[in-house]
Amino acid sequence: MNGSPLATEILFRLGPVAISAPVAVTWALMAALVLASFVATRRLALRPGRRQAALELLVDALRQQIQETMRTAPEPYLPLLGTLFLLILAANLSSLIPGIEPPTARLETDAALALVVFAATVWFGVRARGLRGYLATFAEPTLLLAPLNLVETFTRTFSLMVRLFGNVMSGVFVIGIVLSLAGLLVPVPLMALDALTGVVQAYIFTVLAMVFIGSAVGESAPPPKE
Amino acid sequence: MDWIPHVSILAAALAVSFGAIGPALAEGRAVAAAMEAIARQPEAAGTISRTLFVGLAMIETMAIYCLVVALLVLFANPFAR
Repeated sequence: MNGSPLATEILFRLGPVAISAPVAVTWALMAALVLASFVATRRLALRPGRRQAALELLVDALRQQIQETMRTAPEPYLPLLGTLFLLILAANLSSLIPGIEPPTARLETDAALALVVFAATVWFGVRARGLRGYLATFAEPTLLLAPLNLVETFTRTFSLMVRLFGNVMSGVFVIGIVLSLAGLLVPVPLMALDALTGVVQAYIFTVLAMVFIGSAVGESAPPPKE
Repeated sequence: MDWIPHVSILAAALAVSFGAIGPALAEGRAVAAAMEAIARQPEAAGTISRTLFVGLAMIETMAIYCLVVALLVLFANPFAR
């Protein structure tokens, strides 16, 4: 951790495009996730081995969460939400590798993830209700509340971004401060707490994405107010 | 004398310290209510703790906003030269 948590240092340049460290780490994580899923899904058997059983447990747990939260068939939403969860989980836990700063501790990564959720909300909403039907949900209790609903759509995307950024970044920041003050082994309990926070934040990001998409698609679950 | 760094540091400390009071009280109440609900109805513990986690994240966002404001004041202050 050097200097401001809002500034990014540039790792190398790819033609005119500057590649910063969080982007490179994100690419590495994406490659690792794709490779791991590819390897884990070769030679699938009816009687699962250990690796396949772990994978099935994970996918089943995700399916069940989506089912319980959105109260609808989880299949259309499982790829997006599962990928979001696994990527954020891997990114948050990557702070345990020495020398790597989690990409979610940068505002830009979180902004991109929140925009993905925002686009998915609109996309699934329009697909489930049609364009007119989706726009009609903004005037849902009365037409007077339409500006408020519109603002809420943007503020909840913003808060999704700021929540992930603040939690992960503050963990990294605190570890950096304690390390510079106290020395080698003192931040280890804080890093354990950071790992727990990372898992919880990945879960919460995914659940909130589920709730937003579910409210756009139009299920019985009421959208949370902020 | 340039007052902006001093005022910024004071503002950041005030924002985080006072911004933490409200969410702390709210999280305490939420956890207490969830504990009571689980004690009354242990079979609903799964649903209650799932909702509790999401609710706590919502409350925590308020404190995180204060943290982000403090960081903006410290590191991205538009008035500092």
